[in-house]
Amino acid sequence: MGNFPILTAVTFLPLAGAVLIMLVRAMTGSQESDVASGNKALTAGLIFSVATFLASLVMLASFDIGAPGYQLVEEVSWFANVQYKLGVDGLSLLLILLTTLLTPLSLIASFGSVKERLTEYTIAFLVLETFMIGVFCALDMVLFYVFFEAGLIPMFIIIGVWGGADRIYASYKFFLYTLLGSLFMLAAVVFMYLQAGTSDIAQLETFAFAPEVQTWLWLAFFASFAVKLPMWPVHTWLPDAHVQAPTAGSVILAGILLKMGGYGFLRFSLPMFPDASELFQPFMFVLSVVAIVYASLVAFRQTDMKKLIAYSSVAHMGFVTLGIFSFTEVGVQGAIFQMISHGLISGALFLIVGVVYDRMHTREIAAYGGLVHRMPVYAAMFMLFSMANVGLPGTSGFVGEILTMTGAFQASTWAAAGAALGVIFSAVYMLTLYRRTVFGQITNPDLEGIKDVDLKEIITLAPLIIGTILLGIAPNIVFNITRESSLRALQMITGG
Amino acid sequence: MLDFQAMIAAVGPELLLALAGLVGVLLGAIFKDQFNSLSFKFAAASLIAAVLVVFLNWPGGEAFGGLVTTTPFVNFAKVVSYGAGAITLLMGENFLRRHETIRYEYALLIIFASLGMGVILSASNLMTLYMGIETLSLSSYVLASFHRDSMRSAEAGLKYFVLGALASGILLYGISLVYGFTGSTDYTAIAEAEGGIGLLFGMVLMISGMAFKVSAAPMHVWTPDVYEGAPSPVVAFFATAPKMASMVVFANLMFQAFPGVFEDWQMIIAIIATLSMIIGAFGALVQSNLKRLLGYSSIANMGYALIAVAAGAEYGAAALLVFMTSYVIASIGLFGGVLAMRREGGMVENIDELAGLVRRRTGMAIALTILVISVAGFPLAVGFLGKLVVFEAGWNAGLLPLLIVLVLSSVLAFGYYLRIILVMWVREPAERFQPVDRAVSIAIYGAAIACLLLFIFIGPFTDWATSATAGFYQ
Repeated sequence: MGNFPILTAVTFLPLAGAVLIMLVRAMTGSQESDVASGNKALTAGLIFSVATFLASLVMLASFDIGAPGYQLVEEVSWFANVQYKLGVDGLSLLLILLTTLLTPLSLIASFGSVKERLTEYTIAFLVLETFMIGVFCALDMVLFYVFFEAGLIPMFIIIGVWGGADRIYASYKFFLYTLLGSLFMLAAVVFMYLQAGTSDIAQLETFAFAPEVQTWLWLAFFASFAVKLPMWPVHTWLPDAHVQAPTAGSVILAGILLKMGGYGFLRFSLPMFPDASELFQPFMFVLSVVAIVYASLVAFRQTDMKKLIAYSSVAHMGFVTLGIFSFTEVGVQGAIFQMISHGLISGALFLIVGVVYDRMHTREIAAYGGLVHRMPVYAAMFMLFSMANVGLPGTSGFVGEILTMTGAFQASTWAAAGAALGVIFSAVYMLTLYRRTVFGQITNPDLEGIKDVDLKEIITLAPLIIGTILLGIAPNIVFNITRESSLRALQMITGG
Repeated sequence: MLDFQAMIAAVGPELLLALAGLVGVLLGAIFKDQFNSLSFKFAAASLIAAVLVVFLNWPGGEAFGGLVTTTPFVNFAKVVSYGAGAITLLMGENFLRRHETIRYEYALLIIFASLGMGVILSASNLMTLYMGIETLSLSSYVLASFHRDSMRSAEAGLKYFVLGALASGILLYGISLVYGFTGSTDYTAIAEAEGGIGLLFGMVLMISGMAFKVSAAPMHVWTPDVYEGAPSPVVAFFATAPKMASMVVFANLMFQAFPGVFEDWQMIIAIIATLSMIIGAFGALVQSNLKRLLGYSSIANMGYALIAVAAGAEYGAAALLVFMTSYVIASIGLFGGVLAMRREGGMVENIDELAGLVRRRTGMAIALTILVISVAGFPLAVGFLGKLVVFEAGWNAGLLPLLIVLVLSSVLAFGYYLRIILVMWVREPAERFQPVDRAVSIAIYGAAIACLLLFIFIGPFTDWATSATAGFYQ
C-alpha cells in the first residue's frame, strides 16, 4: 500500500459520505418527510459504511500481527506540540473492525423501522462512525479527547430525535453524565501535556509520572471511563439511554460506545499510571463485583426487555474491568475478548428486541409469550444469543467470562467468586426472559398474526451469529492479534 | 520635526477611518437620502481598507511623542475588530431597510465607533485612551437607540448611556488618581513610577471602568438589557468588534502600565473573571429570549477571556487573542442566526421560534449547531481550542481556582447551549422563516466554516498570535 494513509481513509470515509448526502440534499432541496429521498439517503449511507468496512479489511490486511508497537502510523503537526497522529495496535484494530461491522448492520436494521427524517438519521450515524473510529486510532491525547467528546453530539441527537417517549430526558442525562466525567479527563490531559511536553500517547506510555501525581491523574481518567463503561454506581444513564434510543442507536451504544471505557483503561490508565493502577486494584475489584452482582439482580426484576439487556451490559462490563485490573495476561486478554464478544452479542440482542418491537411496538415482557409458535427462526436466533450472553461454551461469551475470571482468580479469590455468582445470575435472568417471551402459550391476541423474521433481519443478524460462534470455537483469532497489546499494557506493572 | 513615515505606520488606519468618516458626513450632507444605501458599502470598504493598512504597517510604531504606540499585539485586535465591524455592518443593511431606518448616519456611526476602537488600541497614554473610549462610547449610545421610535431601543440606549457615563466617570477618576500619584499619564512612565497606595486606588477604579466596557461582572448589568432592546444589527456589532477591542485594550493597559503591581491586579481580575463566569452561566440558564441569552453568554465568555488577562502577558497574551478571535467569529454567525429569525409579522427572538429548524432549513440548522458548539467550547470547532489555550495559560500562571470555575461553568453552560441544539433538531417545526438576506446567510455559513477550518488549521493561527505577542513582551 506504500504510504497511502489508510487510517485517515477509514476514519473519514463515513464523514465524507455524510457531507455528500448533505450536499445532495441541499441541492435537490427535497421536501421534508419525503420517504423516497430518505430511503435513498439511507442506501447511500449504507454503501458508504460498507465501503468503510471494506477499507478496514484492507487495514487488517496491511497490519502485521506479530510486530510490536503501533502500526500504520500517520503523523502531521497540528498546533504547538499536539499532533494529528493515528495508528493502531491489535486492540484498536479489533475495535475498529467491530465499529465498521456494526454500523452497516444497524443501518440495514433501520430500513422500514425508522420512518421519519431518514436523511438526517443517516448523516448522524455516519458522523458518529467517524468519531468512533477516530477514538480507537488516535495516538494523540488531545485528538483522542476531541473524538471522544465529539461523538456525544450525534448520539445525543440520535437519542433525542429518534428515541422513545421520554427521549429528551434520556438524551440530556446521557450527555451531561458523560460530559462531566470527560471534563476531569480533559484537565488531566492538559496537565499531562504541560508536564511531559507532549501529548503523544506512545511517548506518554514511557513517561514516568510521580506516584502521587499518578493517583490524581488516574482518578480523573477513571471519572471519564467509569461513566462511559459504565461502572456501578455511575451506570444509571445507561438504562435510560438504551430504553429511549432507537434500535440502531442501542446497538451502537452497547456495541461500541461502552467499549471506549475499557479501551481507555487499557490505553491510558494501565501503561501511564501503573503505580496508581496497582493502588486502586482492590477498589476496582469491589466496583466490578458489585456491578456484576447488583446489575444482574436488577436485570432480573426488569419488565422492559431493553432495560433488562442494558443492565446485563453493566454486568458484563464488570467482567471487563475485572479482567483488566487482574494485571495478568490471561485476564487482560480475556477482557479484550469480552469487549469484542459483548459488542457482537449485546448488539445482536438489541436487534432481536428491535425485531419484535417493530411488529408490536412494545418492549414489555408481559406482552409477549409463545413467540416460538409463530416465529420459529426468530426463537432459534434468540436462543443462540441468550445462551451466548449467559456464557455457554462454544459461544464467544464463554471465552471472555472464563478468562477474566481466571485472571481475577490469580489476583483475588473473592473477586473471582463474586464474579462467578454473576454468571449464575445471568443464566437466571436471561433464561427467564427467554421463557417468558418465547415459550408458553400465546395469551396476547395481537401476537396471533405476528410474522417471523424477514430477509432484512436475517441479513443483519447472520454476521453476528457467525461472529459469535466463530470466536467461541476459535478464540485464538483474537488472541493472536491482541497478545502484543495486552503485554504492552501490562509491562509497566508486571515487567517494570 | 514630525516623522511622517513613522506617524503613518502608527496611526495610518485611524487616519484613514477619520478621513472616511468626515468624507461620509460631507457626502451625506450633499446627497442626503440618496447616500443612505451607498453609505453601507462606503463604510464597509473603508473598514476593509483600514484592515489592509494595518497589515501594511504590521510591526507598528510610535507617534505624537508617545501618545500612540502600535504593536503587532494591538494590530491583531484591530484586524479582527475592523473586520467584524465591516461584516456586521453589511449583515444589518437589509434589516434596517425593512424597518425603514436605513440612514447613512448608521454607517458613519459604525465608522466613528471603529475609529474609537482603533484609538484605544493604539493608546499608550491615558489621555489617548480616554479620548478613544469616549469616541467609541458616544457612537455606541446613539447606535443602541437607533430605532428611536421603538420604546425598547430608546430604553436600551438610555440605560446604556446612563450606566456608561457613570463608568466613564469612574474610569476618569481612576485616571486622575493614577496621574496624581505617578505624575504621568504615559504607560511606560506609570510602570516605572512608585505610585504607592494611591496608584492602587486609581488602578482599581480604572479596572472598574474597563470592566464595564467588556461587560464583566459586577459591571455587567447593562448587557442583557441592551442586547435585548437595541436593534439586532447593532447588537451584532456590540457583541463582536468593541468586545474584541476593549478586551485587548484592557489587557494592554494592565500589561503595560501596571506590570509593577501585577499581583494586585491579578487578584482583582481573577475575582471579576470568577463572578462573570458564574453570573453569565446562571443568568443564561433561565433565558428564553435568544438575544438576552447571548448577552449572558457573552458575560461568561468575557470571564474566560479575563482568565487569560489574569495569567499575565507572558502566558496569557497569545491565548487572549486566540480565544477572543474564536469567540468573535462564532458570535458573528450566531447573530446572523438572530437576524435570520424573521416571520411574516416581523422579527422573532424567542428560542422556541427555532423549533424544528433542521427540517425547514437543514443547512442553516447545521451551521448554527456548529456555531453553538464552538461558542460552548465543545470539540470540533475552534471554540474548544480557544478555551484550551486559555486553560493552559491559566494553568501556567497557577490560577487553579479559576480553572475549576471555568470547567464547572462550562458544564452549566452546556445546559443552555444544548437546549438551542435540541430545539432546532428535536421539536416539531415551527412556521417557516422568511427568506434570509444574502449577506446574513453568507455570514452564518462563513462563520461556521471558519470555525471548522480554524479548528483544523489552529497551528498556523496560534503561531501567528504567538508571534504577534512575542516581540512585544520581553
